[in-house]
Amino acid sequence: MSKLILSVSPHLRSRTSTTTIMLDVVIALIPALIASVLIFGLRALLLTAVCVAACVLAEFLFCLLCKKPCTVGDLSAVVTGILLAYNLPVGLPVWQAVLGSIVAIIVVKQLFGGLGMNFANPAIVGRIVLFMAFSGTMSNYMMPDDKGELVASATPLVATGSDVPSLLDLFLGNNNGVIGETCAIALIIGGVYLMIRKVITFHIPVVFIATVFVLSFVAALGGGDVMAALSDATYQILAGGLMLGAIFMATDYVTSPYTKWGKVIFGIGCGLITFAIREWGSYPEGVSFSILFMNILTPYINNWTATKPLGGAKNEK
Amino acid sequence: MLPKLNGVIVPHRKNTAALAAVKMTAPKSVTIPMNMHIGAPSVPCVKVGDEVKVGQLIAEAGGFVGAPIHASVSGKVTAIGPMLASNGTSMTAITIESDGEMAVSETCVPPEVNDYDSFIAAVRASGAVGLGGAGFPTSVKLDVKDTSRIQEVVLNGAECEPYITSDTRTMIDDADLIKEGVELLKKYLDVKKVIIGIEKNKPEAIAKMQELSDEVFSVKALPSVYPQGGEKVLIYNCVGKIVPEGKLPIDVGVIVMNCTTLAFLAKYMKTGLPLTEKLVTVDGSAVAEPKNVLVPIGTSIEDLIEFCGGYKAEPRKILYGGPMMGIAVPDASAPVIKNTNAIIALDEKDATLPEQTPCIRCGKCIDACPLNLMPVEYARALAVNDFALLEKRKVNLCMECGCCSFVCPARRPLVENNKLAKAALRKYQAEKNGGNK
Repeated sequence: MSKLILSVSPHLRSRTSTTTIMLDVVIALIPALIASVLIFGLRALLLTAVCVAACVLAEFLFCLLCKKPCTVGDLSAVVTGILLAYNLPVGLPVWQAVLGSIVAIIVVKQLFGGLGMNFANPAIVGRIVLFMAFSGTMSNYMMPDDKGELVASATPLVATGSDVPSLLDLFLGNNNGVIGETCAIALIIGGVYLMIRKVITFHIPVVFIATVFVLSFVAALGGGDVMAALSDATYQILAGGLMLGAIFMATDYVTSPYTKWGKVIFGIGCGLITFAIREWGSYPEGVSFSILFMNILTPYINNWTATKPLGGAKNEK
Repeated sequence: MLPKLNGVIVPHRKNTAALAAVKMTAPKSVTIPMNMHIGAPSVPCVKVGDEVKVGQLIAEAGGFVGAPIHASVSGKVTAIGPMLASNGTSMTAITIESDGEMAVSETCVPPEVNDYDSFIAAVRASGAVGLGGAGFPTSVKLDVKDTSRIQEVVLNGAECEPYITSDTRTMIDDADLIKEGVELLKKYLDVKKVIIGIEKNKPEAIAKMQELSDEVFSVKALPSVYPQGGEKVLIYNCVGKIVPEGKLPIDVGVIVMNCTTLAFLAKYMKTGLPLTEKLVTVDGSAVAEPKNVLVPIGTSIEDLIEFCGGYKAEPRKILYGGPMMGIAVPDASAPVIKNTNAIIALDEKDATLPEQTPCIRCGKCIDACPLNLMPVEYARALAVNDFALLEKRKVNLCMECGCCSFVCPARRPLVENNKLAKAALRKYQAEKNGGNK
C-alpha cells in the first residue's frame, strides 16, 4: 500500500476553477462577436483573432523569458484579447492592435506580477494607451457601406441630425462604434449568462448602468419634457461603450471590489465619472476612464466596505 | 427577520442513509487513547496484565474538563504506552487484547439519579463527550450551576457533512432515546424548550422527530446548506441568536448538544452502560461495502474497514469525519475514538486535490463564509505578517468549516492559511500583552 495523502481539510472542492470562469466569460462574449461580424464584417473577427493571439503569445513568451510557470492555460489572456479587440474600431491597423495587446499583457498584467496582481484592467489600459498614441486611427469609426467598403461615419455619442440612430437601432447594434460595443442585446445576453453561471453578480453592471441612466435623466429633465428625458437617458445607456464596460470590464475580479457594498460603490463611481466625462469632458466617451479611475480606488473601497463578522466584538482603537 | 447566513451547497453523498446500524464483531484488540476529548488527558487506572470487562473504568478524568474512559472489549490489558495522535503529537493509549466474549462488567448498573447534582455526576461517570465531533466533555457543558440560565437546548441533527449518516440513523432508529433524553433535560435541568435542527435532506428523520414533538420539543427543518451543523450557525438558524465573540452559547441562554450524545445519555441512565461503542458511518470511494457500524471504541480503522468488506480501490486518503472538516490520518492503524462519526476512505481520484493557481480576488470566499469573514484578506495579511489586519478582520472567529476553500476557483488552501493566521495572531497578541505588563 502506498502512503496515505495528508492534507488540511476540506478534502472536497467545487468544480469551478479560474479556467472554467474564464471560459464562461469567453462564452458570454460570443453573442457580441457574432453581432460585430454581422455589423462590421469579417475584419471584426480578424481584429479579435489578432488581439487574442497577440495576448496569448505575449503571456507565453513573458513567462518563458522570466522562467515563470506558463499561465496561458487559464484563458485569462484570451479574455483580455477579446475585450481589447472589442474596444477597437474596425479599421484599426493590425500592428496597432498587436501593440495594444502587448501593453495590456506585459505592462499592465505581467510586470505587476501576473494574474491577480494587476491593479488596473489590462484591456482598459491597452485601449487607453492606444487612444492616446493613435488618436487618429482610434477615433476613426468606420462601418461597411452597401458595397462592403469601410467608410467613416459618426458614433452615436457625437452624432447629430439625421445621423442619430433610433433606440431600436442602438439596442440591436445597428450603429457605429468600436466593434464589440454596439449591440446592446448581445452584451446583455452575455451578462445574463454570467449572472446565471454565478460568475458575476448584478451589483456592478446594474448600479453602473442605473447611475448613468438616472444622472442622464435628471440632466435632460431641464428641458421639461419627461418623455424626452426618459428617451435621452435610454439613449445614453445604449450608446457608446457603457454596456460592454459595465458588464464585462468593470466586473473584472482582480480590479474591482470583492465585497457587495464595495461593488455598489464601485458601480456608482463608474456611473458618475462616465456621466461627467460625457456631459462636460472633452472626450465623447468616458467609460474606460471611469473604470480605470475606480480600479485605482478598489483597495480603498474594499477596506471601507469590509464585512462585519457575525458576533464580532468592537475593535479596540 | 434575520438575514440569511452564507454557506455553500456541497454534494450530499448520503449513500448509507437507508442502512441501519450493524454491530461489529469484537476486534482482536483495541487501542484506546487517553485524549478523546477537549481538556485534560485521562489517567489510566489499570495495569498491564489486568483482566477487564466491557464498561469497566480503565482511566479516570484528568481534570474538571475531562472524562473517564471505559473498556470497550473484555480481555487483557497488554500495553499502556505512547501512540501518535492524528494531530502529530504523542499521547498515552491503553491496548486491550479481546477475549472475544464481550462480557459486560458488573459495575455497569443504572445510576441513581434524583436531582441536578446526581444527574451531572451520572453524566460525568458515563464518559460522555460531544459526539458530533468536537468531543467537549458533556458533564462540563451541562454543569451550568443555575439552570435558569438555560432558555433553550438546541439538538444538533443537521449532519451537514457529506457522506455521514450516523446521526440520521440515531434519529430514525433511536428516536425514543432522544425523546427520553429530552425528558431528562426537562426533569433535571428544568429546560423549557428543546429544538432539534435537521437538514431538509433527511425527511425520514424529520418525520420521526415530528411524531415525538410536543409543547417543549420541536423540530426545525433547516435548508441543506453547509454548514448548518456549525454551532453558531445552528443557534442562529434555530433560535435566532448570535453568540458574541469570546462568549459561549450558554451566555445567550443556549446549550447545543449533538442528538446522538443525548440519545447516549438516555441509554446510560437506563442501562448504566458507559460510552464504549460508537455508531460510525464507513464510506468513500475506496470502501467496498459502505455501512453504518456500531464500533467498539479503540477499534483500528483497518479492522473496521475489513468488517466493511475491505477496500475496493487503493485508499489514498483516510479521514476521521467528513470531507469538509475531517482529519486525514497518516495510517489505517489509527483507532476509532469517542467522537468519531465517520471513517471515509478515498481512492486516488477523490484523494487528490486540484492544483492551486494565483488568487484572482473574486471574493467568492467572502460570499461563502457563514460568519462573514474575509479569507482573501487573511491570506495576504499573513503573507506580510500584518497582524493588525488579522486582528481587525477577526480571523480568530474562523471555525474552519471549509466553505472558503471549497468554493475557491484558484483552489487556494484558505482553511490551512486561516489556521496558520489564527496561531500567528495568538502568538502576536500574547507577545503584545506580555510587553505591556
